[in-house]
Amino acid sequence: MRLTHFSAAALAAIACTSMVMFATPKPPAGGGTVTGKVTYTGTPAKMKPIDMSKEPTCAKQHATPVMTQNVTTGPGNTLQWVVVYISAGDQGSTAPSQAVKYEQKGCEYLPHVLPLQVSQQLQIFNDDQTSHNIHPLAKVNPEWNKSQPAGSPPIDTKYEKAEFIPVKCNIHPWMHGYFVVLNTSHYSVTGEDGSFSLTGLPPGKYTLTAWQEQYGTQTQEVTIAGNESKSVNFSFKALPY
Amino acid sequence: MISSKFVATFALGSIALLTFGAAPATAQSHVNSPDPLLGAPSVNTEESHIGTLTGHAEEGKHLYRRYCIGCHGPDGDGNGMNAQWIDPKPRDFTEATFKCRSTPTGTLPTDQDLYNAITRGFINTNMPSWKPLTEQQRADLVAFIKTWSPRWAKEKPGDVLVIPAEPPVTIESILHGRELFQKLECWKCHGPAGHGDGPSAATLTDSKDNPIRPYNFSTGTRFKCGATNQDIYRIFMTGVDGTPMPSFHDTLTGNDPWDLVHFLRTLQISYPSKELDLWQGYVASHGKDIKPIGPDSAAGAQ
Repeated sequence: MRLTHFSAAALAAIACTSMVMFATPKPPAGGGTVTGKVTYTGTPAKMKPIDMSKEPTCAKQHATPVMTQNVTTGPGNTLQWVVVYISAGDQGSTAPSQAVKYEQKGCEYLPHVLPLQVSQQLQIFNDDQTSHNIHPLAKVNPEWNKSQPAGSPPIDTKYEKAEFIPVKCNIHPWMHGYFVVLNTSHYSVTGEDGSFSLTGLPPGKYTLTAWQEQYGTQTQEVTIAGNESKSVNFSFKALPY
Repeated sequence: MISSKFVATFALGSIALLTFGAAPATAQSHVNSPDPLLGAPSVNTEESHIGTLTGHAEEGKHLYRRYCIGCHGPDGDGNGMNAQWIDPKPRDFTEATFKCRSTPTGTLPTDQDLYNAITRGFINTNMPSWKPLTEQQRADLVAFIKTWSPRWAKEKPGDVLVIPAEPPVTIESILHGRELFQKLECWKCHGPAGHGDGPSAATLTDSKDNPIRPYNFSTGTRFKCGATNQDIYRIFMTGVDGTPMPSFHDTLTGNDPWDLVHFLRTLQISYPSKELDLWQGYVASHGKDIKPIGPDSAAGAQ
């Protein structure tokens, strides 16, 4: 009976942890805020539907074909999956104890772009009925490549250096994602509306960087005094290919 | 027989020496040109330990200049003057990512692993066997190769894979290995019959985005990382880093790896083995009961 209680509690704890995953880490009370939008100018390349017919167990999970995500746009020329983070001026912080979760589901990576901190635990799940090989193509950190057949336990790992790491599955070549390993706890990934929000910034002068997997990085300086809120927008020049 | 084999190896080695030695020799003939190894660290205190041998990087540097620089380049990044003609590309030592390791994926190999790679060479590539060099020279080269990446100063090689004693080759072991080949989806790259023609094969690239082919078991006898059953065991357990071939260390337990080794031998139809004999006998008597490997079999299993 005690055991059952324990497992229920443990399950609840795991559920809670996984719910926090995709949100920006909890900021300390107070502090400044930087919000804004990431947009593009010009004509970006059209995303293509992915043919998963070679993997029927994944294909049947999607009523409409999954689109490629390397330039995900929204109404009003907004850009999704852009990581906005403090690249300079941050005092630094230790990694939170909770792990971030990365899922392979329907032969997609969820989320497509996963920001995490240096030394933070990373848990990789395979929810599919098929084998995946998870192959983060790290250059600064060690590069590894592991098989994860259906029903395998999660792979626990972490990265010790900041890096944008492309992730791929060689068995399913359409699967592409990113681990964005950062030295800061102040980061945000733009949603469908291109918006981001960095909260809990102590007063100071910061360099803000926006990173898009195809278009690279942009930086802006921002100075925060007291608990003020600042608005900073980024605009990338879209490439037609 | 032995002597003719020896002569063949020696002859091959000599050709390699000539071909690969030629480039740096010409480079050195320009008396006033700067040291082609200026990119290398100036202090080479790195050592290697192979059994009772100790290799010294400073010695290895001279050997590298003579034998390796043509392909692996003056900066150790695999961009030597011959590299443009070579596929697969020469190893980039600055990344410290190595294919043939006894250590887990993502970790540094042991000195012995590097020594074995230099000694064995890599089949289906331009990297010859460097057996014509003395053991000491090969050890010195291992020490020098480790000066190209700062990882060697900061990290230790991973724990060496422990390979348990090989169980007897039985048809049960082969059949279980075959199930694993289906279940782990090895066939998606290596093909249902191991011809290297699985559905994902044509899409594969290495970590530098160069196209790469999965191993074709039907034409091969040796592998890049060795030729024995123990070598096969080690290859899929530790993975071939820098390529699409992942590590199966976390997924295979008990005798599973050995069963898979025994099955893989049956795919090597041009390499006589006990496994192949046993399998061919089984196919002759039970051919009708054998389900094909591949997507159809997966559908049938559900």
